[in-house]
Amino acid sequence: MRESLRQPVLAVGPFHPLQEEMEFFQLTVDGEKVTDINVRISYNHRGIEKLSETLQFDQVPYLVSRVCGICSASHPLAYVQAVEEIAGVKPPERALYVRTIINELERIHSHLLWVGLAGHFIGYDTVFMWAWKYREPVLDLLEEITGNRNNYGNVKVGGCREDIPDELIPKVLAELDKIEQKTEMLTKAVLDDPVLHARLKGVGVLTKEDAVKYAVTGPTARGSGVAIDVRHDDPYAAYADLDWKVISLPEGDVFAKAAVRLLETLEAVKIIRQALRQLPTGPVAVEVKEIPAGEGCGHAEAPRGETFHYVRSDGGNRPVRHKIRAPSYVNVPSFKASCIGQDIADVTLTLAAVDPCYSCTERIAVVDGHNTVLRNYEELLRLSREKTAYIQRELGAPPMKLEDC
Amino acid sequence: MQPNELDNLLSPIRDKLTGIERKSDTRVFLPCEAEHVSEICRFLFEDLGLRFVISTGIDAQDCFEVLHHFSDDESGCFVTVKAFIRDREAPVLDSITPVIPGAEWIECEMHDLLGIEFRNHPHMRRLILSDDWPDGVYPLRKEIRT
Repeated sequence: MRESLRQPVLAVGPFHPLQEEMEFFQLTVDGEKVTDINVRISYNHRGIEKLSETLQFDQVPYLVSRVCGICSASHPLAYVQAVEEIAGVKPPERALYVRTIINELERIHSHLLWVGLAGHFIGYDTVFMWAWKYREPVLDLLEEITGNRNNYGNVKVGGCREDIPDELIPKVLAELDKIEQKTEMLTKAVLDDPVLHARLKGVGVLTKEDAVKYAVTGPTARGSGVAIDVRHDDPYAAYADLDWKVISLPEGDVFAKAAVRLLETLEAVKIIRQALRQLPTGPVAVEVKEIPAGEGCGHAEAPRGETFHYVRSDGGNRPVRHKIRAPSYVNVPSFKASCIGQDIADVTLTLAAVDPCYSCTERIAVVDGHNTVLRNYEELLRLSREKTAYIQRELGAPPMKLEDC
Repeated sequence: MQPNELDNLLSPIRDKLTGIERKSDTRVFLPCEAEHVSEICRFLFEDLGLRFVISTGIDAQDCFEVLHHFSDDESGCFVTVKAFIRDREAPVLDSITPVIPGAEWIECEMHDLLGIEFRNHPHMRRLILSDDWPDGVYPLRKEIRT
């Protein structure tokens, strides 16, 4: 009998049970334990790098903001930073602060989105409902500043398109106080909950050594004790002027990644508050006429980690090459290190713990046939939730305490 | 990174580079011929402890370029190894995946989109293109029009 027939293969995908995007994982299992994992991506490749070569430099930010709805601030920012490097353009101070504020608002809404999804998957639907409720005002603020809840289209080579009107600042500050209070309550509830400790600690561990080998970034790296953060290491926008901390925890498990995101959300509030209070006066853009020949590297710390753009110009009005590397592209392959040896009930959560973003990772539409799905979404969700309920019973723990505020 | 510091750091591999282009304190490009690329990348990753960021494959008309981007997160400096592959008919480069597992996907991607072979890649397969994509058609080459 062929080896592949003797070894049961569990198919997860092409629709992930938790993340609503296409990818296909094949888990080789021995009973309930995962012994190997293979990933197939590119079900929705859009050829954005090639498309970018057909657009003028000032049109590309609108294209790259559509690489990913969630990271629609950090992709264009990394791109314009690369082009500004080629052209030797320095945007006005105020523009740097506006970029910081929008990017941190993006981080808050992205992290809260993840916390909600993770809560849903382990059977904590209250966490799901509340985290998403708290996220909503952040999207409203983004809409008020940029005109859009996502795909903000605010950053351009040389500065920003839209300013933050001074009269809006008190409103944003007031909303931030509420967001901070709610996120603090949610963070405390998660960090103090004995069931979550039992459910998430020691699950899906990515060691520091593996984090370095797989070159992961963002909360996936920082949750494994690798304290890298572009905002701190190669400061851009206004981050060097502001007082904030890089959050890093050494454990490498799902709990650490969740804690890093929650604590980072609170840091993001701190950053925005300072940026609003110190917002310099003046214009938000300088005029940029021509982009000379040359090459530039731009990177920004997106919610999931480092977004990297490389741009090459031949002196014409379009990039001759534009490389995009989203954080998930390096974070997703680390599953190989964190999933093997795990229970099936924990694998989908471990896969989701890097907050994978497939629209980011892929940039030709492809559909092909797959193995028989041995277990479907409902069954994987049930397994995960049952494990939480089992731990809850074993511990005799009361339901998680959340106090609305 | 200051020029002196950079020269000292790179002295063990200096003879394998065709130059050191220091565009700013935080942007350094290291051009080299294709045969030296894996040794240079091994040195940067293992000996200097730089983080692998990603690679960029470029169809530069007369040759192919493969840029391996590394980051020194201590100083915020990007160090990019720029390998020139002169044989356009059969472009081949040594794989860096045996040393840097994080490079596995991007080498598969460059193989799919530009048709560059990566010698000693442990798991070369289609990653981006579908299984029924025609052989010998590489979407990121300049002759393919959008």
